[in-house]
Amino acid sequence: MKTRIERFIVPVVVLLGWELFSRSGYLPKALLPAPSSVVHALSDWVIGYDETTQSYSGHWAKDAIASALRVFAGFALASLVGVAAGVAIGWSRMFEKALEPLLQMLRPIPPVSWIPLAIIWFGIADKPAIFLVFLGAFFPVLMNTIHGVKTVDKNLIRAGSMMGATERQLLTSFVLPAALPSIFAGLRIAIGSAWMLTVTAEMVAVKSGLGYVLWDSYYFLRYDIVMAAMISIGFLGFLSDLGIKGIMAHTLRWQATTTVQGRF
Amino acid sequence: MASIELRNISKIFTDPKRGELLTLDNISLDIEVNDFLCLLGPSGCGKSTLLNIVAGFEQPTSGTALVDGIPIERPGSDRGVVFQHPTLMPWLDVIENINLSLRLRGMSRSERHERAKEFIDLVGLKGFEHHFPSELSGGMNQRVGIARALLMNPRVILMDEPFAALDAQTKLEMQEELVAIWERRRCTIVFVTHSVDEALVLGNRIAVMTRRPGRIREIFDFDLPRPRDITSPLFNDAKRHVLSLIREESTKVATP
Ligand SMILES: Nc1ncnc2c1ncn2[C@@H]1O[C@H](COP(=O)(O)OP(=O)(O)OP(=O)(O)O)[C@@H](O)[C@H]1O
Ligand SMILES: [Mg+2]
Repeated sequence: MKTRIERFIVPVVVLLGWELFSRSGYLPKALLPAPSSVVHALSDWVIGYDETTQSYSGHWAKDAIASALRVFAGFALASLVGVAAGVAIGWSRMFEKALEPLLQMLRPIPPVSWIPLAIIWFGIADKPAIFLVFLGAFFPVLMNTIHGVKTVDKNLIRAGSMMGATERQLLTSFVLPAALPSIFAGLRIAIGSAWMLTVTAEMVAVKSGLGYVLWDSYYFLRYDIVMAAMISIGFLGFLSDLGIKGIMAHTLRWQATTTVQGRF
Repeated sequence: MASIELRNISKIFTDPKRGELLTLDNISLDIEVNDFLCLLGPSGCGKSTLLNIVAGFEQPTSGTALVDGIPIERPGSDRGVVFQHPTLMPWLDVIENINLSLRLRGMSRSERHERAKEFIDLVGLKGFEHHFPSELSGGMNQRVGIARALLMNPRVILMDEPFAALDAQTKLEMQEELVAIWERRRCTIVFVTHSVDEALVLGNRIAVMTRRPGRIREIFDFDLPRPRDITSPLFNDAKRHVLSLIREESTKVATP
């Protein structure tokens, strides 16, 4: 019971304070919408009952799905390529020498700085957004996979080859599972980047999705919708992380008794 | 023909802290087919290194190592290894760890589990089939490692202090089982231990190594009939002899 109350104290105090401050009229209402009006905008956007969000009324699901699909496409692509390249670089000196310098040079370039090129190459549509998401999600997966592969206990590999594993089996049945904890850490960072970049891309290079609604509402000075969009992005990002955490808890259940769970 | 032939094996490690480190110094050793060779020697004298060379994990700096007349180039399932540390796959449960070598050969799950059962009983881990290594004690994990190597049914078994982490009773049982398996299968065993009693209970040949740089100080046949009585005069004579060799080694000035 005690922990339940602890969970709610801080959010409730913050929301109450915000509501009171906003209603006090210290700032114009349009500039800092009260939580109540954000909830109003959000619920109309979701179920469409009094059209306060005008053309968006009732369109939330469509916008959310548009964003989520971009996140999913870019993230899935980045995971596949990131894990494959990471295993190759971590395992083989040849791949490391051939690929690593180029990739390490591309890595510090912020994904958003690719926007002009992405638009020229792919036009205004899903593709530039997916490309940006890919860039943002790829490097965390890559770096963590390389780290995971390079830190695999040498003796596990020895045990594998002692049991007659082929080179290919060493990779799939020993190196990959041993690197999974690290790979999952990368996937969780990547899903966060994926949402950030979807929204960024939607602000400039796509005409649909939560990011587009956010930016469009900003032009119409509808900060309540801006905030409703921010909340939606946060919520969906939270859900996708929860999903990955769930898969991770199941896949890495063998770790349950060896990792620290927090003492208090 | 000897099962394992070591010809003038030397091993030098380049260690950033100690520079060049001569670990094995010109070791020549013939281990015959069906030998049960027990290897004794002070800590750090290169016993694990020697096993690693036979296992194919390490290459000697000079000299040649042959198994059945063929130079050892890489590890293989003809040589089962029980590691000094259990070295299990933490993501596999006990039964899957034990039958992993069968899975790598593409055997079906049910067949694998059938084969693994015998070895789970043998090492006394019935009821723990579906526990992960992190849920077992060190000694239990070590037994999983032993079962894994025995199930491979290799011609050569290399064991690096396999029973060091076991309690006295379990150790006795495992020693008896190991001798029984060896007599039944007629395989070649190289068994590293720190216990003179254990070496003399198990081996039909005993090798004592010097301090590092490791050389073979003495190797002798020991054909006391089994089951061996550790209080018999013959056993005690052998023990006195081995202990005196070890004492001489330990009073020598330590090489840095
Ligand atoms: N990979 C390595 N790099 C550098 N030095 C090593 C390496 N492996 C072993 N050595 C050194 O070689 C020597 C012999 O090591 P080894 O593990 O073979 O000893 P051991 O006889 O098995 O000892 P113990 O009985 O304590 O297990 C030690 O001095 C050790 O520090
Ligand atoms: Mg050792």
